[in-house]
Amino acid sequence: MTRRLFTTNPRALALNYLFLALLAVITGTLLSLLMRIHRTWPNLAIPPHGVIRPEDYLALVTMHGTLMIFFVLTVVPQSAFPNLVLPAQIGAEGMAFSRLNAAAFWITAVSLLVLLAAFFVPEGAPISGWTNYPPLSALSAAGPGQTTGMDLWLVAITLFCLASVLSSANFLVTILNNRAPGMTFARLPLTVWSWLVSSGLTVIAFTALFVAASLLLADRHFGTSFFLPSGIVVNGIPARSGTGTPMLWLHLFWFFGHPEVYITILPGMGLASSILANFTRRPVPAYRLMVIATLLIGVLGLGVWGHHMFVSGMNPYAGTAFGLTTIAISVPSSAEVLTWLVMLFRGRLHPTTPMLFILGFLSFFIAGGLTGPILAQPALDAYLHNTFFVVAHFHLVMAMAGVFSIFAGIYYWYPLLTGRRMNELLGKIHFWISLIAAYGAFFPMHFAGLAGEPRHYSQLNGPVESFTRLIPVERGITWSAFLLAAVQLVFLFNVFWSARRGVAESGTNPWRATTLEWSPIAHPIIGNSPYEYAPAPAPGDNFLPQWEPEKPF
Amino acid sequence: MPATFTRHTVETERKDPGFGGKPPLDRRPTGGGGGDENWDSHHSRRHGPREQLIRYRMAVFSILAADLVFFAVLVSAFFVRQSATHISPSDGVVSDWHPLAPPPILWINTAILLLSAFTMEIARRQLFHEIDIMEEWLGLGRPAVRRAAPWLIATILLGGAFLAGQWIAWRQLAQQGLFFSSNPNSYFFYLVTGTHAVHLFLGLAALLFALAAMFRFKRVEMRQIAVDSTSWYWHAMGLFWIFLFVLIVFFQ
Repeated sequence: MTRRLFTTNPRALALNYLFLALLAVITGTLLSLLMRIHRTWPNLAIPPHGVIRPEDYLALVTMHGTLMIFFVLTVVPQSAFPNLVLPAQIGAEGMAFSRLNAAAFWITAVSLLVLLAAFFVPEGAPISGWTNYPPLSALSAAGPGQTTGMDLWLVAITLFCLASVLSSANFLVTILNNRAPGMTFARLPLTVWSWLVSSGLTVIAFTALFVAASLLLADRHFGTSFFLPSGIVVNGIPARSGTGTPMLWLHLFWFFGHPEVYITILPGMGLASSILANFTRRPVPAYRLMVIATLLIGVLGLGVWGHHMFVSGMNPYAGTAFGLTTIAISVPSSAEVLTWLVMLFRGRLHPTTPMLFILGFLSFFIAGGLTGPILAQPALDAYLHNTFFVVAHFHLVMAMAGVFSIFAGIYYWYPLLTGRRMNELLGKIHFWISLIAAYGAFFPMHFAGLAGEPRHYSQLNGPVESFTRLIPVERGITWSAFLLAAVQLVFLFNVFWSARRGVAESGTNPWRATTLEWSPIAHPIIGNSPYEYAPAPAPGDNFLPQWEPEKPF
Repeated sequence: MPATFTRHTVETERKDPGFGGKPPLDRRPTGGGGGDENWDSHHSRRHGPREQLIRYRMAVFSILAADLVFFAVLVSAFFVRQSATHISPSDGVVSDWHPLAPPPILWINTAILLLSAFTMEIARRQLFHEIDIMEEWLGLGRPAVRRAAPWLIATILLGGAFLAGQWIAWRQLAQQGLFFSSNPNSYFFYLVTGTHAVHLFLGLAALLFALAAMFRFKRVEMRQIAVDSTSWYWHAMGLFWIFLFVLIVFFQ
């Protein structure tokens, strides 16, 4: 057990990361269900706690967002998956710096514990949302949870930043330096290109968040006022004021926050290309274009953060500029989506569970992505900002697309870890119910948002009756959320059951894939580009794995 | 050849005996690199000492890229804060930015740090001197280490002097009544110089480690890596300091 825990083997670390993310995702999901219960039945007493008060609701919002974004949507695609397959996919024997890699896991684990500890301190978890805008996050007097809970949040995030930067630096060196002979850049699988770009983004973005969190800690404890403006009054009592500006936090936070979106989704996009090529038995039609699009997304992703701040009091001309850069970044994203659609068109589709989940990913990515350019218009955003429309947008394009690509990855790479496949029937049940329930939970939020329903409000019925007619919509969302959570039990059962009882694989390459993680040879010499599947008219099922010597079809 | 070295033209001319027992001399001098001679091509290209050196160098550079962002963010925060104003009922738009006179000792400190960059670079180059490294690899002695050690010690002393100088600068400001939380400008000054000093402190620790490593490490290439990585870190800190110094002195 100790050897299992304190390992430097990347695959074992990947499992550690996955279990860490499992703990985070279970906690995060339970928190979201509590929120849904409260929104639908505000006066229901929940056994150990009692009725959820407004401040409890805000703490749930904050912790749900933080757990899901950092410890699930970042940890799995950007830490667990690279540890699982990155060295194998480039033909390396391991990571460039295996002890650094293990240290990053341990810092992440400590960070999660520190964050979860916020539930158990007096006054509880912080309540100012996962973005924690000052001045409310800078003042202990701003509400319950803004004392020790807020400090724990900041410490946890600082540690998480440190771990992410260290592990990404390691991935960068590994990709650039540890490739097998013959593994040129033009032969890298698109997942590896994605990890190259997302690791670069991590090094830049998480450092910015590291500074922001440290400065906020200084504001809270060392008497500075980077983010504290003048004239703050809390509950009628003048609070500690300063001469700083909360805008500085917004800029620093979103300079991290937007690249973070691409850090979570780029690995999924790379995986989508690989899985689509594998299960349509077609090469990726525009490999170079896909690489350029991935790089462009990385570069442009650093220049769009202001679209989170249109109504913050930022210069309106800056808003226009950020609107334009956001439209610009939708061009490479659309190029990737069109390439995937081309692959589906007249491809020989094999609807296995990983393929289905990638189709689900594609569906959510398009459905959520289409509202992106709408929110990127400063004029439209002025109305939609902080409504449920935004909640719908990012839960589809980031959360559901991200989670579905994670599921695809787990179903796809499961045989690597266990030598068995996960049960297909259970996988398909999991997929279809998840797909329907996820749309049921998040799609109606668009309409609630258009009707003006604000985020972060703990309940809709009260003395003001403007939103009472939205209550049936809310109830539908809640039941869909329950269904979505419940069907994940099928997945969990499948994971543990298939480890013992799944269909055992005879060879090392169950999906007849071309990339190196399935190679039966230990030290292959790479002779082929990553997606050598025979074009459609060719007879039979010809494919040329990267470990085979080069030969013409 | 299991270590990386720099070939000097003068030496090739001087030492070439013109008959067997030497590796072919058609190698080009490649700054800090070289070493891909075909007479040890049975080594896998991924495991050679040169590849190992490059791997560590790349790790140092990745971490330094993050560090660059770290200081860039601090500097942009400085500018945002400097231009921030608020509206007071009596005076209209007010800025609370009070220009701060940087203590003159900073100029001396800067000179000391620049000098330390030179001593560091000399020390680093000693470790890649072909003839010395060849001798160390053969186990005949440690000429490279012997030559590099004084320069490394000089760097440590200069780095220590820089940190002491920064300490004096802080004391001088404190005597003027400017402490960390006195006003926005003063806490930026302490923040920028303080975080840089922490980085240099880590750099000093790395230098001490490299000094010990030169004498303790059994493998020549590990000695080289210890000194090389430390020196790139040290150079980057010197470069960052110049940016920060210009910021502090000329952008009040």
